[in-house]
Amino acid sequence: MPTNKSVSKAPITQFVNCRILRDHKLQREDLWVREGRILDPEKLFFDEEGYADQRVDCEGLIIAPGFIDVQINGGYGIDFSQATSNVRGGVALVAKKILEHGVTSFLPTLVTSPPNIYHKVLAEVKVHSGGVEGAGVLGCHLEGPFISLEKKGAHPEQYLRSFQSGGMLDLIETYGTLDNVAMVTLAPELPNSETVIRELAQRGITVSLGHSVANLSQAEEAVQNGASFITHLFNAMLPFHHRDPGIVGLLTSDQVPQDRTVFYGMIADGIHTNSAALRIAHRAHPTGLVLVTDAITAMGLPPGRHTLGQQVIEIQGLHAYVAGTKTLSGSIATMDMCVRHFKQASGCSVEQALEAASLHPAQLLGISHCKGTLDYGADADLVLLDDALNVRATYIAGQEVWRK
Amino acid sequence: MKLIILNDYDQVGEWAAKYIRNKIINFNPGPDRFFILGLPTGGTPLGCYKKLIEFYKKGEISFKYVKTFNMDEYVGIPRNHPESYHSFMWNNLFKHIDIKSENTHILDGNAANLVEECDSFEEKIKAAGGIDLFVGGIGPDGHIAFNEPGSSLLSRTRVKTLAQDTILANARFFDGDLSKVPTMALTVGVATVMDAREVMILITGVHKAFALYKAIEEGVNHMWTVSAFQQHPQTVFVCDEDATLELRVKTVKYFRGMMHVHNKLVDPLPPK
Repeated sequence: MPTNKSVSKAPITQFVNCRILRDHKLQREDLWVREGRILDPEKLFFDEEGYADQRVDCEGLIIAPGFIDVQINGGYGIDFSQATSNVRGGVALVAKKILEHGVTSFLPTLVTSPPNIYHKVLAEVKVHSGGVEGAGVLGCHLEGPFISLEKKGAHPEQYLRSFQSGGMLDLIETYGTLDNVAMVTLAPELPNSETVIRELAQRGITVSLGHSVANLSQAEEAVQNGASFITHLFNAMLPFHHRDPGIVGLLTSDQVPQDRTVFYGMIADGIHTNSAALRIAHRAHPTGLVLVTDAITAMGLPPGRHTLGQQVIEIQGLHAYVAGTKTLSGSIATMDMCVRHFKQASGCSVEQALEAASLHPAQLLGISHCKGTLDYGADADLVLLDDALNVRATYIAGQEVWRK
Repeated sequence: MKLIILNDYDQVGEWAAKYIRNKIINFNPGPDRFFILGLPTGGTPLGCYKKLIEFYKKGEISFKYVKTFNMDEYVGIPRNHPESYHSFMWNNLFKHIDIKSENTHILDGNAANLVEECDSFEEKIKAAGGIDLFVGGIGPDGHIAFNEPGSSLLSRTRVKTLAQDTILANARFFDGDLSKVPTMALTVGVATVMDAREVMILITGVHKAFALYKAIEEGVNHMWTVSAFQQHPQTVFVCDEDATLELRVKTVKYFRGMMHVHNKLVDPLPPK
């Protein structure tokens, strides 16, 4: 017979009347949480003879793992690439606001910047768990400066760099530190990139290919050296060509090692990628699709004109233009908008749409044992949604951190 | 015996669940007076369990003062294996109702000493005051629990090697792979179930028809162990029409004719 001893005296919460995303399906099951983690109720029943202390009635809502945004440059007037007097405060503000979009973990992203910015910001932004104060920071995403001049996009040309000192030395000199860095986007065609990619991958830092003119073989070699992500597929890279698919060809490449998956970021705001292109990518490689917002400072601000740094931006609906022009200045869609748009544009299932924002980014970052799933033992970072995939409530470590 | 003949599987599940519900309510259990229920696993009682869960959710019944003893469990598969009887009971009944874990008893197929585990199970039943209602099913070979053909009608809880028929019948729960099906189980004995104050056997489907015929129209025989219940003073057999296909027309007509009386047993009880 099972033992009568209790493993823990911590209170147990049982979410009832809900549909949970488990084993890639929405199932009518209760969700049990103790000490911030998903609990196995069968084990609790037979081993500990335990039961719930508290029940939360979800009124038929969907419970999905909290969303993870691996590319977000700021929002609500905050720009992560600015070394303001209150870097931490800025990150914290965004972290708090994105709870409303169902995001429970994120990578504050820095675009190409001069070394002093990296030194200042990286000293302030630390990996830390989320909670009522805001979504958790899993580390920073450094998008640049080791990128291609031709594909710099909106990045400032004067701060682009190459691996002229041989590789890692350039990195350390530019960034100052690799502590609290979760991801680096670079262009693999830059000479000496191989050692950098290998070294970063060995340190557990995700290497992403982007802002690059690499051809498919260069991209494949980078993957073999350890690269595992593509930054905003289609944007800032060579277009797909049937005799050299370039980086886009990684989605169906047969040179990717068997035990590895190449993930790719998609900004599914209906603006940055044509829906047909989104569908081609999704159908070619559905399990690698990672939804990202790539949100800029203007995300979350009301429609109208805003002065952000040296620029004046005009927000009209989901479009952010350089004021007075029709030039897009970045994306302002929120993660939950991206999930809804992705589902509608691709015709995918609810489960696939939710996994693209939770399971896949967790797998990309190598943390799917504790994030991005509702498996027993995983962190209880949850998002409660209605059938139209609107966020109704957000939980971190089993604690409610936002409710509509 | 009472033979309750209903039209189909769903009706059997509903009738049986109502019977159990009424028994518990009439018993009026309390903190010093638990209702002791013996329970089976498998495809047959699933419909009954679904209905019991419905009744619980409607507030018609509570399992707070009910203790349960399951009939059997496989030897050697992990307790949280999806096909273990612990998992079956958790997923199909316990997790949906208000029963406390300490009031449920299922044999531990991973106990260090299986014989001691079986003896201790018998002790626990005794300590609880005996079983008020033992619910069971019937195998195509006429077995009750894992009391395979040839099991003594005086047997108690013990380790049994499973018959080939049973292993074949269970294969569908193990991806159709015979090598994955456990070959041994712990089971209550025929006499253990006979000791219950009342027994209810559920039988559905044409593949059980011959076993039902052997159980109630032929003699008491250790080759068809369910036949032992001919000698129990309070047995109810609940079956669907398909399960009666091997019975005499006379038997079926007689008991169908009694349905208007027997159905009173499942009428909703007046609120207290």
